[in-house]
Amino acid sequence: MERIPILRMGKTLLVTIQVDMQDQTALALQDDLADKIAKSGATGVMIDITALEIVDSFVGRMLTSISSIARILSATTVVVGMQPAVAITLIELGLSLEGVRTALNVERGMELLRKSRQESHLGN
Amino acid sequence: MKSELQAILSTLRDDESSIVDTWLDELGAAEPGARRAVQPEAEELVKLLREALAAGADPDAMESQAWAGTRHVLESLSRSRAARGQTAGDTSQFVLALKKPLFNGLQRTLASDPGTLMPSLWTVTTMVDKLAQRTVATFQQAREDIIKRQQEELLELSTPVIKLWHGVLAVPMIGILDSNRTQIVMETLLQKIVDTESELAIIDITGVPTVDTLVAQHLLKTVSAIRLMGADCIISGIRPQIAQTIVHLGIDLQGISTKATLADALALAFEKTGWRVARSD
Amino acid sequence: METERAGELPVLSEQNIVASRQLVRTLCQQLKFSLVDQTKMITAASELSRNTLIHGGGGRMRWELVEREGRQGLQLHFEDEGPGIADLKLALTDGWTSGSGMGLGLPGSRRLVSDFQIDSAPGQGTRVSITKWK
Repeated sequence: MERIPILRMGKTLLVTIQVDMQDQTALALQDDLADKIAKSGATGVMIDITALEIVDSFVGRMLTSISSIARILSATTVVVGMQPAVAITLIELGLSLEGVRTALNVERGMELLRKSRQESHLGN
Repeated sequence: MKSELQAILSTLRDDESSIVDTWLDELGAAEPGARRAVQPEAEELVKLLREALAAGADPDAMESQAWAGTRHVLESLSRSRAARGQTAGDTSQFVLALKKPLFNGLQRTLASDPGTLMPSLWTVTTMVDKLAQRTVATFQQAREDIIKRQQEELLELSTPVIKLWHGVLAVPMIGILDSNRTQIVMETLLQKIVDTESELAIIDITGVPTVDTLVAQHLLKTVSAIRLMGADCIISGIRPQIAQTIVHLGIDLQGISTKATLADALALAFEKTGWRVARSD
Repeated sequence: METERAGELPVLSEQNIVASRQLVRTLCQQLKFSLVDQTKMITAASELSRNTLIHGGGGRMRWELVEREGRQGLQLHFEDEGPGIADLKLALTDGWTSGSGMGLGLPGSRRLVSDFQIDSAPGQGTRVSITKWK
């Protein structure tokens, strides 16, 4: 079974989903990310879904779960690159991905993570 | 195979060219140019009819697989005439004119078997009627599709997505908002947001006369999709009456920023995107 | 040469769910659906084949290219001989969850397609048919 690679760039973990994932691949990604956040002490997770033409309820739930898990481990998650057709379909399906932060592209996503990092520092 | 169908099949086989000729005469295609234009369609239809019947097609079961080829030709015939602006009457007339040559052909084929002639003529009549009905239904559908496409093109022209500022897009909605229209605007706007990497979209509804629950639902869906993608949205141009309607209908705007005028929305957009506007004196 | 107008795929594993998405994509492209319509149809197929596998214990997806008054469409049938749905009306209401805590997502899938039909009863399996017209 293929596993989606997770790259590390400083305090941020980067995931680019480019394949039509089987359900178990998505679950494995969830596990791997949780693991890696804890082990690396990363404060940010960026998931790039620019290449995903389909986001169904399973992948949607995975994104929500990753976001929640990351938050508990003190990391912020941002999902970037959602395609218009995907956004329209998710809304029609009734999935609003509550609690998942999104940004238009990688650049904006990194900005978002940087800001949230600053905010949490100030909070301390 | 029933004897009537066998007779029709024989007629189509043996008399093919004279059937086509008589058919074209019936259509009043006297001068060679007009004839040339229509001849290929006529020949193809006769050929497909022959093949369908030879394969055992039942004229009472027009939806069956055996008639697929014939159906396709009729439909494309209909659509092309619809696109050319001809009438449904012209189109069905084309098909109905096939009766006379087939009648003539059957009389020749069944000269020695008059008992089968009546039932065969009846079968031909009902069969050709069904073919003609099919062209009319397709014609109407094709006309509707053309009108719909023209409406969509008009909509795109009347609802332009404008770049107001760096990272700020605006869509002035004018006229009645229906589900079809809102859908097209939504798709265009979302794509433009991605293409221009804009963080903010202002949807201005100054030109929208009324907002009911359905329209509000569509607007909310559009805003939700924009936020889901990671951008934000301001709805502007909300006239007092519309504000009242929204409250009255109990529509929950779910924390969407709203402004009375496009100017106010632009000011808010500057604020949200970190721009400060100062006078030069 | 006539292209195929119908076929079927087994839905017995996770790989089959992926395969059903890919097949539906191919069919949508063949019919030249718009990108949004294609996305909606593939997503609906994904939801329904997952239901067939997880709630229906496995089954099949049948597909057909259909026509109505000159309009073309894609029709998919998701069939299983599983436990069936006890309260269909409830299942078709937004916000309903099945015993496992995951909703069947039927109302959502219904919104993604043109026509939606479901036939199910306890002990009688489930059959869901969806159609998207061009």
